[in-house]
Amino acid sequence: MSINGRPEYPTTTDLSDVAVGTLALAEEPIAFDVDAIRADFPILERTVDGGPLIYLDSANSSQKPRVVVEAVEDHYLNHNANVARAMHMLGAEATEAFEGARAQLAKFISANRPEEVVFTKNASEALNLCAYTLGASLRPGDEIVISVMEHHSNIVPWQLLAQRSGAVLRWFDVTDEGRLDLDKAAADGLLNERTKIISVAYVSNVLGTVNPISEIAALGHALGATVVVDASQAVPQLAVNMATLGADLVAFTGHKMVGPTGIGVLWGRYELLAQMPPFLGGGEMIEVVTMEGSTYAPPPHRFEAGTPPIAQAVGLSAAAQYLTAIGMDQITAHERDITAYALEGLRSLPGLTLLGPAEPVDRGGAVSFTLTTSDGQPIHPHDVSHLLDSRGIAVRAGHHCARPLHERFGVQSSTRASFYLYTTRAEIDALVDGVDYTISFFGGLR
Amino acid sequence: MKVEDLYQEIILDHYRAKHHSGLREPYDAEVYHVNPTCGDEVRLRVQLVGDTVADVSYEAMGCSISQASTSVMTDLVIGHDVAYDLDLYEEFLVMMQSKGQIEPDEERLEDGVAFAGVAKFPARVKCALIGWSAFRDAVMRAQSASS
Repeated sequence: MSINGRPEYPTTTDLSDVAVGTLALAEEPIAFDVDAIRADFPILERTVDGGPLIYLDSANSSQKPRVVVEAVEDHYLNHNANVARAMHMLGAEATEAFEGARAQLAKFISANRPEEVVFTKNASEALNLCAYTLGASLRPGDEIVISVMEHHSNIVPWQLLAQRSGAVLRWFDVTDEGRLDLDKAAADGLLNERTKIISVAYVSNVLGTVNPISEIAALGHALGATVVVDASQAVPQLAVNMATLGADLVAFTGHKMVGPTGIGVLWGRYELLAQMPPFLGGGEMIEVVTMEGSTYAPPPHRFEAGTPPIAQAVGLSAAAQYLTAIGMDQITAHERDITAYALEGLRSLPGLTLLGPAEPVDRGGAVSFTLTTSDGQPIHPHDVSHLLDSRGIAVRAGHHCARPLHERFGVQSSTRASFYLYTTRAEIDALVDGVDYTISFFGGLR
Repeated sequence: MKVEDLYQEIILDHYRAKHHSGLREPYDAEVYHVNPTCGDEVRLRVQLVGDTVADVSYEAMGCSISQASTSVMTDLVIGHDVAYDLDLYEEFLVMMQSKGQIEPDEERLEDGVAFAGVAKFPARVKCALIGWSAFRDAVMRAQSASS
């Protein structure tokens, strides 16, 4: 059967045969059943010292449902060949699978056409692609605007571009609550006629803040700037509609949305992609090569030099179908419910300070915090995560690739718990208990 | 091994009240070491008088293991010959890289033996070594500056 309404192509796993329960086949929205969903993720059955594994690090990398792993396996075992250049049966199947995955992803993010979806190896490569190609037209004195809440992958490419081009890198500050400080930006004239590129996160990987992308895009477009969005934390948990978002270029990654590692996506408005120069040179991105020079393929292949992540694209396509079958709106609602529950539980702990919005409004499922003992001694996140790990609870400790943001809040690092469609309230209870125990332990009260 | 065994009371005591903490004058060399994966950092000074380590002072931020290890290290090295201290560094390094297989010499490493358990957690070995590595680096620099 065809889940996505497209003609059946022989190269992907038929989802009707694999274990996604009844979810993938439902015509009508059905009640969100976290236990049924967890059954699709074998890794969640693992135990730690006899207790359950409690995986609260999905903003770092999500776990994979069986259907995704089986789609990758089926591709390698039954349809594997190179794409776009092998003229035999398997080559045709692999090409159809790869291009079918592109169409599936385009549908998942409501892109106007599949050619707007460029496959990269991850979101970082997609953002570097943007910086490299958009940078070709920058002049000294032009301004690039990012924000202090960005992941390093949306900071460093722009720093490199500024160094290369003589452009000036500026950034949005955040309010103490962890929202983009648009008032301060307006007062400071952050966005002005020199602004050529704006690149901001849709959802902060540390604070969880959901940023007003459409508003920022409108401000940027009024000034003639190109608007880039790092949607790595948004696409997994929100129904993102590229046709209406207002951005020009949007990067995200596969492995945070129950897909494989090794694949990311750059979505771009087709007219813009068509104007952009190539990024990496090599096979598949060319039209005609002579020793004197070459012409380049149209998008998306212009930006896909070399053999692309084919099996990963097949897996990502299965991931998009899986999330669609469950329903992105239901996933968003679950994420909000779990986040609200976690905020409530964690806020009740004396010694815990949240980074980012304390209310579950315009907020994604990542909760970062710092801890102090009852006598005011800070507890280092590395110690927190180690103690939680000993109780089977996987969280992330450190600066989460957002060091400038931590500096903005006057802390060296933090502990982050992040949630996804398989996270339960019982897991949040275990987290709150574990953090409570950690505070006592380092306060000498064990 | 339980994590509570990792965090022995000796380690937590040193973490809560670090010995020889703070930057002092005079000094012959100052180094700055950082572990970019977790953000542990230490700025450390060494003062040599002849062949003797007269003082080690430092400012450090980081997890309990890194802080306690640096504190214990200063107790062990201050007042001793450079050669003795560098031997001690090697001994501590071997213990930390032993994955918990080596029975440390308590006579020599004193409170440092508490870190033998840390050696069983590969992710934390770097934490226990950062202060020691900074000390060794500073001694090398102080020696090359004076020669």
